[in-house]
Amino acid sequence: MSKALIVYAHPAHQRSRANQALLNSVKDLTDVTIHDLYEVYPNFFIDVPAEQALLEQYDLIVIQHPVYWYNMPALLREWQDLVLEYGFAYGKGTRKLAGKGLWVVLTAGAPENTYAEGAVNERPLSEYFLQYDRMANVCGMQKLESYELYYGRHTSDADLNKRCADYRANLLRLLKEI
Amino acid sequence: MAESGFLQQAFVFLAAAVIAVPLAKRLGLGSVLGYLAAGAVIGPFALGLIGQDIESVMHFAEFGVVMMLFLVGLELEPSLLWRMRMPIIGLGGLQVVLTAAALGGIAMTMTYAWQHAVVIGMVLALSSTAIVLQTLNEKGLLKKESGQSAFAVLLFQDIAVIPMLAILPLLAVTEVGTFSDKHNMPGWQSTLMVLAVVAAIVVVGRVLGRPVFRIIAATRLREIFTATALLLVVGIALLMEHIGLSPALGTFVAGVVLANSEYRHELEAEIEPFKGLLLALFFISVGASIDFELLMAEPLVILGLVAILVSVKMVILFVLGLVFKMTSRSNAIFTFSLAQGGEFAFVLFSYASSQDVLPATIIDPLTLVVALSMALTPLLFLLNEKVVLPRLDRTVTERQDDSIEDSHGKAVLVGFGRFGQIVGRLLRMNGFDITVLEHDAQQVDLVRSFGHEVFYGDASRLDLLISAGIEDATLLVLAIDDHERMLKTIKQVKNHFPAIKILARAAGRREAAELIQAGAHYVERETFDSALSLGRTALHALGFRAYQAHRAAKLFKHHDEKSLYALSEVLEDDRKYLTLAKQHAADLEKVLQSDDQANKELDDRGWDSGGK
Repeated sequence: MSKALIVYAHPAHQRSRANQALLNSVKDLTDVTIHDLYEVYPNFFIDVPAEQALLEQYDLIVIQHPVYWYNMPALLREWQDLVLEYGFAYGKGTRKLAGKGLWVVLTAGAPENTYAEGAVNERPLSEYFLQYDRMANVCGMQKLESYELYYGRHTSDADLNKRCADYRANLLRLLKEI
Repeated sequence: MAESGFLQQAFVFLAAAVIAVPLAKRLGLGSVLGYLAAGAVIGPFALGLIGQDIESVMHFAEFGVVMMLFLVGLELEPSLLWRMRMPIIGLGGLQVVLTAAALGGIAMTMTYAWQHAVVIGMVLALSSTAIVLQTLNEKGLLKKESGQSAFAVLLFQDIAVIPMLAILPLLAVTEVGTFSDKHNMPGWQSTLMVLAVVAAIVVVGRVLGRPVFRIIAATRLREIFTATALLLVVGIALLMEHIGLSPALGTFVAGVVLANSEYRHELEAEIEPFKGLLLALFFISVGASIDFELLMAEPLVILGLVAILVSVKMVILFVLGLVFKMTSRSNAIFTFSLAQGGEFAFVLFSYASSQDVLPATIIDPLTLVVALSMALTPLLFLLNEKVVLPRLDRTVTERQDDSIEDSHGKAVLVGFGRFGQIVGRLLRMNGFDITVLEHDAQQVDLVRSFGHEVFYGDASRLDLLISAGIEDATLLVLAIDDHERMLKTIKQVKNHFPAIKILARAAGRREAAELIQAGAHYVERETFDSALSLGRTALHALGFRAYQAHRAAKLFKHHDEKSLYALSEVLEDDRKYLTLAKQHAADLEKVLQSDDQANKELDDRGWDSGGK
């Protein structure tokens, strides 16, 4: 059975209803490890070799975070720079992540319909995160279809539970496929 | 004036120096020229304020040169000296041999006897350690390529004096066998003697130096340390003189031996003022000894000889500079700096006269020529700086001298206890060149045994900070736990080196405010960050997210430090201080306790996107 690592970054996890619920729904899975970056590196000092060794043990890398200014939180950005470095993630004959799956999970505060042409946010969320397609391409990873959750704070409990079950099912399916 | 008492003499010398040197400095002429001029003015040929016994004053003052070489030795670690062996032997050797040959040859053509010519060539080949080192140091050139080359030559000359003293009596034209027993040794024997004495100084310095200084330092009596330092230098000088070697060379070796010791900066600070005064006295006496009557009697001959001496020396130095591939800038400084006769000439001439090697008709004018060439040196430096170097800079765009220090800032760290060690290790691990001072001799021993380079000394003394290199430093870190001493140090450093940045350790809040007010640029309370860090861990243990705890601690620190700087402004007023301190504490509590929704600051609402 394949194993998944959820690289999770949220600077205020304690107040994120959606992310708490999502992660709670998969934390019992033995083949899934949640790697909470803000909890591990509160002072932004990232242990690069340890991170690289960790990534190598998994078949599916999940990157999960809230959307801030059409982008990822600061610590994840720092992590990306330092951990996915030349000679590890890319470069001649040294693509240590090649072949692994990359699944991006995004939570956006605004409703889904704001992410459309003519709406407040002008274009679909996926277009703001084309960078992950590039990242997968450069690292030789297999980019899987992203998972998006909108308007988390205002979703009803019932709806949120449904989304969580969906998220869990998706993760289990990907683990089997990869 | 011979009957005038010691105090009167001292008054004349000091007054002359105090008037002439600032004047010379103001005119951009350097201190050496100021002293020389002062000497000429008060000397027997002008005002006549000091008597004909100027020679004995000069002999006494030559001890300043001995002290200077001790200090130079202290700055030169053995490994550095070993790296300089090529320039010393090659450059120095060639300079002495070539210059002696050239000047001797010229002397021959002036119909001197060949023996006379040899002596004159040898004696005049030497340059003035005192003037050159003092001037190079004043101009900050001693650690540059030019200064190092000049120093190498001077060092070789000091060594060369030994065989010269041995050869001199053999060159007496009339048969005289009267040189004293101590010099009456065959060459191999005196060579062995030199090696044995140098070895003895090295061994004794290595074995006895540190324990003795540790015991002396433990008395915590500064004057006893001063006395010990002087005793060391005087003792070695006496020993060397007794066996007929150069005292300057002996103390130089002693300096090199002690260069690795933790007492190096303390020794420097103790000897420095004596050296300074004695050298000043020496320069003044050189100025006073200029025989203006002789100069007036035969101005053309004397000045002609000065011109020959200086130009021959310069040509040889310049060629050597080319051969040794110096940059043209360095070569210019090198050439202009060493083109004079030296103080050893006075010694050797008087020795030669006592041995009947040279007649007074030769010695008197040549002594004058040497003195004049020495007086000319500061002017040559000036000419080089104002005319030659600017031209070089214009015509050739080449690299400036490589400085030994790299472009990073240098720091002086004071205190190497629990606090200072962490600062010091962090800086050193990251490749910074720091000088560490610690005033507890036992602590120095302890940390030295772990391989840390630490010097003994009390940083509230400005002279010690100077010898620790604060003049070139950009940063001073004060990590001692003596608050009063720290305040004193900050005030002194602020007065004399206003540009340097000061970081200080403080015991508590009140001390921190005082240090800020005294002028420290940044203050860290010794327990504050560690307590905050523990508090952060406690928050985490109680259920805060790690990052949330991190931010809470940062916020606390931010407010607390802001209030600290505000408090430092009202320090004098106890009541105001107390009121403000209380108010700040209450404010901070309110900030931290207020409920999530109301308090934007701790809540970092930016991360609740879309949560309106």
